[in-house]
Amino acid sequence: MLKKLMCVVLIMLSAAACSGTRHGKVEPGTQSDLEANVGDYVLFSFDSSSLDSEANETLSKQVDWLKKYSFVNVIIEGRCDERGTREYNLALGERRANSAKQFLISSGINASRIKTISYGKERPIVMGSDEYAWKENRRSSTVVD
Amino acid sequence: MNIIGLIKSHNFFWDQQMIKVFSKFIVLIFVSASAFALTHIDITRGNIEPVPIAITDFHESSNQAKKLSENIIKVVTQDLQNSGLFRIINKKAYIENIIGADSVPKFSAWRQINAASLINGSVDISYGKLKVSFRMWDPFSEKQVGGAVFEVKTDAWRRVAHKISDEIYKRLTGEDGYFDSKVVYVAVSGPANKRIKRLAVMDQDGANHHYLSDGKHLVLTPRFSPDARHFMYLSYEDPRKPRVRVMDLDTHRTHSIGSFPGMSFAPRYTSDGRNALLSAAVNGISNIYFLDLQTLKQTQLTSCNSICTSPSPSPDNSKIAFNSDMGGGRHIYVMNADGSGIKRISFGTGHYTSPVWSLRGDLIAFTKSIPGRGFYIGLMKPDGSGERIIARGWIVEGPTWSPNGRVIMFEKGEKPRGKDSSHTKLYAIDITGYNERKIDTPLEATDASWSPLLN
Repeated sequence: MLKKLMCVVLIMLSAAACSGTRHGKVEPGTQSDLEANVGDYVLFSFDSSSLDSEANETLSKQVDWLKKYSFVNVIIEGRCDERGTREYNLALGERRANSAKQFLISSGINASRIKTISYGKERPIVMGSDEYAWKENRRSSTVVD
Repeated sequence: MNIIGLIKSHNFFWDQQMIKVFSKFIVLIFVSASAFALTHIDITRGNIEPVPIAITDFHESSNQAKKLSENIIKVVTQDLQNSGLFRIINKKAYIENIIGADSVPKFSAWRQINAASLINGSVDISYGKLKVSFRMWDPFSEKQVGGAVFEVKTDAWRRVAHKISDEIYKRLTGEDGYFDSKVVYVAVSGPANKRIKRLAVMDQDGANHHYLSDGKHLVLTPRFSPDARHFMYLSYEDPRKPRVRVMDLDTHRTHSIGSFPGMSFAPRYTSDGRNALLSAAVNGISNIYFLDLQTLKQTQLTSCNSICTSPSPSPDNSKIAFNSDMGGGRHIYVMNADGSGIKRISFGTGHYTSPVWSLRGDLIAFTKSIPGRGFYIGLMKPDGSGERIIARGWIVEGPTWSPNGRVIMFEKGEKPRGKDSSHTKLYAIDITGYNERKIDTPLEATDASWSPLLN
């Protein structure tokens, strides 16, 4: 009886440890796949739309993924942290979305597969008014269309 | 609502001597191009003493007129006291209780309670029409100094009250008032991770509040037309392409304007209401465009390679203030209306954004932020000189000018606790930096746009 219980516990633990379980069964070429296995977003420094090395790395992986799943189109959403005014942040979000888009295009992804949209400081991904939230909200998110 | 006519009482006259009497009380408060310069008062030393004035009960012809009369006086009292410049003397202190627009006051009784001005009037309702007459008196020179007669539909009584406030304000300060005006803004509700934003309109005192959209899609930055019958705003109705739309305030119908390949945003009307300035993004670069609202012909005015946005025209439409990162950092620039002659005008430490040119042409309001220190609302002259801060907060932004260019409304949010929202509300403040007060709105409020005086 104890042995059976331990087996069940072991199975549950190993299942939980497996990435993608959080999202249920991860279908290849889907948003879940992108988030779990590739990285769906890149972060920016304050007031900047330049890609750093980490962003370049993530976007390179996105390029490979998009080349593999050539039927997938995406929208890149550009965002800012709350420490700016509404209109300026809309423009900055647009720059960030476009930075990511240009990387993908220059790496061989067809421009027609990529749309962009800016949310400025609206619809933040991470709630809160601290350095962590601000850092996380300065991003371009690639979203399967 | 129709204001049928504003007929000056034929007994009214304006005595040039009066302005000198009142100058001891209040005229020195205002920054003014006239003889009464602000520099005569050191406003850093303390608050300005509000000028005491008396408003007697109006003579009413019926019970219905009595109620309306009380309401009108209540609105006038609130307008004048909210301006921070006036104090309505408590009725209990009145020695004489004159009533009726045709009565001449016993001036000594009003001098005795130090009333700088006395207002009396009459309200009459017949056949669904409202007639309001009022007179303004100077108890010290014992002369009538203002007054008017209004004949309107009964439901226009609030506008009559605001027009009375404007008349009183003008007679006592020499400046146009700002009370008969509206504010369009974005009402915000919902949890911090799922905010609902709705367009809303109200009188400048918060009355007559109406929602104009249902919150299903994101709406931002509404901006009144000069005739206050339309406003432009940014809509995410098309979830792929945020764009500028116009709403007609009579019909509540909306339509998009301009044809841009990508996002269009940051709209403002020119002062004649026939054209718009806005920003449009192409391949991540935002530039400023001029849009003829009749022909819909669009002209690109700037050739930025990064961000040029938030255009704000001067009231004579000869120049445009705008926001750009072209010099590194966020700064304010001014250019000619055709896009030539770009000059940077902000030079202090920090980020300068959202320039808004006053309807008087003398000042540009802006938002400034200093990382680690917070946000500020500031003013500067159109050449960038005379920069001063008038309000501050965790996040303040979105300054909008009162019709007379003497008051600014803006949004202010507090530092949120945890994952809470910032509880942003609208505030008004004089350009002197005094009399900051919260505007009463049902929900959180952002993105205010103040209309000119209504016709």
